[in-house]
Amino acid sequence: MNHDPFYWGRPSDETYGHYNHAIANAKSQIPTSHTQQPIITGTSVLALKFKNGVAIAADNMGSYGSLLRFNNIERLIRVGTETIVGISGDISDLQYIERLLHQLQTEEEVYDSDGGHNLRAPHVHEYLSRVMYNRRLKMDPLWNAIIVAGFSDDRTPFLRYVDLLGVTYGSLALATGFGAHLAVPLLRKLVPYDADYEKVSEEQARVAIADSLRVLYYRDARSSDKYTFAVLTFENDKINVDYKQDLKVENQSWRFAENLIGYGSKQQ
Amino acid sequence: MTTIASEYGNENNSVPIEHRFNPYSDNGGTVLGIAGEDFAILAGDTRIVSGYNIDSRYEPKVFDVGDNIVMTANGFAADGAALIDRFKSAFKWYKFDNNNKKLTIQSAARYIQHLLYGKRFFPFYVSTLIAGLDEEGKGAVYSYDPVGSYEREQCRAGGAAASLIMPFLDNQVNFKNQFEPGSDGRVKKPLRYLSLEEVLALVRDAFTSATERHIQVGDGLEVLIVTKDGIKKVYYPLKRD
Repeated sequence: MNHDPFYWGRPSDETYGHYNHAIANAKSQIPTSHTQQPIITGTSVLALKFKNGVAIAADNMGSYGSLLRFNNIERLIRVGTETIVGISGDISDLQYIERLLHQLQTEEEVYDSDGGHNLRAPHVHEYLSRVMYNRRLKMDPLWNAIIVAGFSDDRTPFLRYVDLLGVTYGSLALATGFGAHLAVPLLRKLVPYDADYEKVSEEQARVAIADSLRVLYYRDARSSDKYTFAVLTFENDKINVDYKQDLKVENQSWRFAENLIGYGSKQQ
Repeated sequence: MTTIASEYGNENNSVPIEHRFNPYSDNGGTVLGIAGEDFAILAGDTRIVSGYNIDSRYEPKVFDVGDNIVMTANGFAADGAALIDRFKSAFKWYKFDNNNKKLTIQSAARYIQHLLYGKRFFPFYVSTLIAGLDEEGKGAVYSYDPVGSYEREQCRAGGAAASLIMPFLDNQVNFKNQFEPGSDGRVKKPLRYLSLEEVLALVRDAFTSATERHIQVGDGLEVLIVTKDGIKKVYYPLKRD
């Protein structure tokens, strides 16, 4: 037996022959390629500003193509004390971003040497937009669309989007993926003009988001009726985060489905 | 002793797996710059789109970048923002390193050429415009292609509706195809500087018309006016359909 610790646990040369280092050092015939495609994916994230806060929601499903692979994926990440980051798209990239954000939070709040400068939503968004744009430059994108919800330094509601290309924009109502088609029109019906978010109450916002999630559950085949809902409010000089998990899409009515024919099944 | 054959070597594919990540997108919108005798303006609509979606109705894209210079980069929004960021930080360092010296518009213009050409082989997908006053105090507009080719002009439209607005500007600012009445098309209408009021009227007409005919243009019009007294910002609503 070979007593050299280097060989412990390795296949013995007597039995298997010398290790062929060409295997470990094998050069690929093609250039290294980064770019992937999303594998496990999360669908829409919805968000809406209102008078003194922001509401943001995402369901808990992780799809593997058309397969419902996971139903326990948390896609709303809390960063610091007053920011929520909602992520759709590839779940492994989501988990990587989650780690980056926790690192950022630790650096900013535990090793805080700047006298209590708070990590707020605009900073988190700026950070994420740099990460996303730099990964695009490397042609190795993080396959996600992200919505950052929280408050600006002056405590007005903050809502901004960034995606795998590094494209960013803000609006009073934002949604990723299918939500951009189905939910945004419903949310904008509540507040047609950006500046008018101050006329929307928290209750109206909650209802609008819940209604949008129901519409998405009816029509987006990659959505589920189990979701997480976060409502951030600024009241009496204090920020309150109402973060609720395992909610269910209420008031479902499938009566419209009874008379449906077609969609590839038997015709008339 | 010989090595036992493994099949690992065969896992090196000889044919690349087909996949394509497109690092660009078109976020629509349109921009316009006009120089006057003692002023210059830079205008842009505030809509941002992807495909047929209106992503935001108010996302400004014309910026005051310092020293009485305004800048915009229209096309792929992420590159536009990145280019302006890069210019702003270079501007900051120019001020630090040169005892707060004023950056002239022609120096800013040449520097932006280098920013753009520096990414010649992975270009910023934008039409860039800057506006300000030259050393004589005359209005100046510089326009760029995505890889840094640039020139100084009296006026330029960029972005989605450039092809709709530019011919209108040729006719109304540079008086192209305009002749002296009664000269039977032989005497060209002489060039003259337009007043700020005339320019603002042209800009508003250009954008309302572009909004009618181009689906990616609308929601709002933001105009930055540069004079020797500084930069003024004005906003006009546009149709939101």
